[in-house]
Amino acid sequence: MRVARVRMRMRKPVGSEGRQERGGRAGAGAVVVVGAGPAGVAAAVCAADQGVRVVLVDSAVRAGGQFYRQPDARWGARRPQVLHHGWRTWQRLTARLDAHLADGQVTHLAERHVWFVERAGGDGFVVHALGGSGQDRPETVRGDAVLLATGAYEKVLPFPGWTLPGVVTAGGAQAMLKGGLVLPPGRTVVVAGTGPLLMPVAAGLAAAGARVGALIESAGPGRLAWGAAKVAGHPAKLAEGARYAAALVWRGVPVRTGHAVVAAHGSVRLEAVTVAALDAEGRVRAGTGRRIACDALAVGHGLLPHTGLAGALGCRIEETAYGGWGVAVDGEQRTDLPGVWAAGEASGVGGAELALAEGEIAGRSIAARLRGREPDRRGCAAAAGTRAGLRAFARVIDGVYGPPAQWAERVGDDTVVCRCEEVPASAVRSAVAGLGATDLRSVKLLTRAGMGWCQGRVCAPGVAGVAGCAWSPASRVLAQPVPLAVLAREEGAAP
Amino acid sequence: MRLRRTTPQGLVRARPGPGFEVTLDGRPVPALPGRTVAAVLWEAGVVAWRTTRDGGRPRGVFCGIGVCFDCLVTVNDRPNQRACLVTVSAGDAIRTQEGVGDAGGSGADADAEAGGE
Repeated sequence: MRVARVRMRMRKPVGSEGRQERGGRAGAGAVVVVGAGPAGVAAAVCAADQGVRVVLVDSAVRAGGQFYRQPDARWGARRPQVLHHGWRTWQRLTARLDAHLADGQVTHLAERHVWFVERAGGDGFVVHALGGSGQDRPETVRGDAVLLATGAYEKVLPFPGWTLPGVVTAGGAQAMLKGGLVLPPGRTVVVAGTGPLLMPVAAGLAAAGARVGALIESAGPGRLAWGAAKVAGHPAKLAEGARYAAALVWRGVPVRTGHAVVAAHGSVRLEAVTVAALDAEGRVRAGTGRRIACDALAVGHGLLPHTGLAGALGCRIEETAYGGWGVAVDGEQRTDLPGVWAAGEASGVGGAELALAEGEIAGRSIAARLRGREPDRRGCAAAAGTRAGLRAFARVIDGVYGPPAQWAERVGDDTVVCRCEEVPASAVRSAVAGLGATDLRSVKLLTRAGMGWCQGRVCAPGVAGVAGCAWSPASRVLAQPVPLAVLAREEGAAP
Repeated sequence: MRLRRTTPQGLVRARPGPGFEVTLDGRPVPALPGRTVAAVLWEAGVVAWRTTRDGGRPRGVFCGIGVCFDCLVTVNDRPNQRACLVTVSAGDAIRTQEGVGDAGGSGADADAEAGGE
């Protein structure tokens, strides 16, 4: 299906401060930045500093992305920094953003969900978004260049009981806390899975008043010690980890490494989890299962980049040198498609600081290239050095953390693996064993796993693991659901 | 100080503006400006507000950032809204949702969606 040449009813986009922008046409020398997280904002201010017009399009009310997600401005939080790491960096950056919003160099289109980016016949790009509370108000923004700073979301691998209400992603629990200043209903939260996100999530929930029953990290003490030795050259990162560890001790949160939640229990909502010790191969040690009563489980197994818009544009997506997948970029954060840049988690998961460095490099590159110049190497040197160091750090992190090798064997036949279409593991297994499926696409066509609302974003890694086939980011035409009425409004059709 | 239970609002010293009411299946629920439907329901102690179309299983927030579509809910007769993304307004009528979400029959045609492939 080709969705190009969709004509939108143009509305005057309203900036974050109620300022109106001219008809959606950003003009010559303009970049559309998709995503107002650390990478997008860093790029926007760097490009704007050099005179480029920037339209920053983002789904949230306030800039910040997931990492710097904040409550509504009307709440007047006087200590927002207590829920954030690197708050001063963000304050400095948003001060620069605010200055550019005031002088009109940057326009912030908030609460716009971008669902498609297309090349405009030889003349830049058209970014298609949906606005309005029901996400049904189409809008387009044109630019000479596009930066995809679309961030990441959490990977959760299935286990018995993971569809019970009360089981949420670790990042989701953090997002609800940072943005809504709310804790999961109930008294006790268990934080589990693997990855560097778990410690700040557990520490944040505990600081905000939740009783954190335990932090369960599947990476064993041996891996963690190996990682600590490898990152000796990153004292700030070690100190950050030590601070979270100390906060957990101070709050009385028991931390179990080399353990995993092997099942969640409850009838209509979560009531308890079973935690078991793992051996060096990731197998459950017999007889170590222990039940912990809890009302919520915040669980995650790492992050996955949002590569949907890049994939639909035709950008190459590849495994990065520092773990996981991402939109392929060169030293200037340029994708293989002229005029399209990518930065932050979208081009490879490595954290907010890496995203800031990549955003700065991308912003400088965009400013230079739109004028037909080479970017100033010296101007980018500091950010490039930071980027190299943080990618090396991300590579170590990727080696330390990871789901236990045997996780798929513990997924019971009756465990739902595709949450949207309610496909049990047994259906996936019989598609492989009985029907001869050898790839994720065949499994999907035979079982409907991955065909639902989320289009497989959530279940694909889990389904691939249970099926025993390879996983890579799927190519999708649309980055999010779009009303048919919007798609139907094509050029030539009745208005 | 230590005797009083910490809250997220207390932690960041927030002073939310005056609240208002929304309804969940006709029952009044307190809400604060700027909160999402999901945050309002969590604060009210509600953890599930949808049942799945095949198994009739309860669901609520899962990803919390608009990716998973598990938290679908009907808001002001519009079904299939992501509770974690929609900001509440005073008087919003939030309804739990069963199956595909068009049991009430309102707006189902206009809300047909295309999801790719």
